[in-house]
Amino acid sequence: MHIVACHDCDLLNSFPADATETRLCVRCGCVLHQYRPNSIDRTLALALGALILFIVANSFPFLEMKNGGFIQQTTLLTGIHELWKQQLYGLSTLVFLTCILIPFLQMIGLLYLLLPLKLGRSVPGAITVLRLLRHLAPWGMLEIFLLGILVALVKLGHMATIVPGTSVFSFGILVFVMAAALTALDRPLLWERLDPRR
Amino acid sequence: MNSAPTTARQLGLLNCHDCHLLSKAPAGEEHEHLACPRCGAPLHTRKPNSLTRTTALVLAATIFYIPANLLPMTITSSLGTTQADTIMSGVIYFIQSGSWELALVIFIASIFVPMAKLLILTYLLLSVRFRSLWRPKDRTTLYRLTEMVGRWSMLDVYVVTILVALVKLGAVATIDAGPAAVFFAAVVVITMIAAESFDPRLIWDVIEEET
Repeated sequence: MHIVACHDCDLLNSFPADATETRLCVRCGCVLHQYRPNSIDRTLALALGALILFIVANSFPFLEMKNGGFIQQTTLLTGIHELWKQQLYGLSTLVFLTCILIPFLQMIGLLYLLLPLKLGRSVPGAITVLRLLRHLAPWGMLEIFLLGILVALVKLGHMATIVPGTSVFSFGILVFVMAAALTALDRPLLWERLDPRR
Repeated sequence: MNSAPTTARQLGLLNCHDCHLLSKAPAGEEHEHLACPRCGAPLHTRKPNSLTRTTALVLAATIFYIPANLLPMTITSSLGTTQADTIMSGVIYFIQSGSWELALVIFIASIFVPMAKLLILTYLLLSVRFRSLWRPKDRTTLYRLTEMVGRWSMLDVYVVTILVALVKLGAVATIDAGPAAVFFAAVVVITMIAAESFDPRLIWDVIEEET
């Protein structure tokens, strides 16, 4: 048996450690346990896929605007640079953090944790990385950025012709791969494997 | 006694915020600098100063919410004319140009969600402060909802970023980010931190103490 205190209402819940179904807190309904088979392999594969898509998404312009003779191309980084040039430092830093740095750290963090675990080695700082991943989770906002691209596409529709580039499609797939990678991660299992007291 | 639910606090157990390990609190009331034996995160029975911290953040966000809605979000200059758009006028523009689906998405993400979030957090704070016993489960669900959807308000900030970056066509048209963009981004970030600093277990503590 496994005893877990609910993080939303503090009630002690117990269930078999190898439960294959989702377990909810009996008092407040908070999700306490989810069955994640083959978690390490799955997360590793998805995180690697996400990293490749992320590099592609940032290497190509994600929008292209044709207006008369002008062709204006934008990658995510030029957008952030443009905000910086307009002295909106805070805003540009925020977009850089939530759309580039934090998703990148999440992918690298997952790979750093899981690759050595898969190979049966131990790496320094694994516990710090796992803690960091938990705190970064709400701040990676790729999926919201993708919706932002769609809204901007429609908004500019009347001003110019907009051709979505390779990057938009990579972003589109990346959002799902990234979400799948973070969902496949079995945190309780990792905590058990990384426990320094063992 | 057997029928009463048992919480970690009643048994003197501390639940780690980061790795969810249960550890026995040492005797005595001094829990100031305890660290989780497994992951090293600071341990508390409840998030420290949860009510005060959340109240301060909600107040700050409410104040920023006003200029975020009144000041222009984008300033479009095209062939000598300039047009300043607030969040609401952006929504109205989409309704008038026929894409009501987008108007709805922006309205929900930029106006409805931040407002609902501030109202819900204020209500939760008041309900804990006045020791409400009313529907704790639903209040916990409200809290989880707030935590989950708050990030989607960043949508408008991203739209502005993309517009500003893309529309740099010099003579033809330019779009600049207005002052509201900064305030709006601040509202989103502050409410996210506020939701994180609120401890939903306080809702249940009242129930245990009163019954």
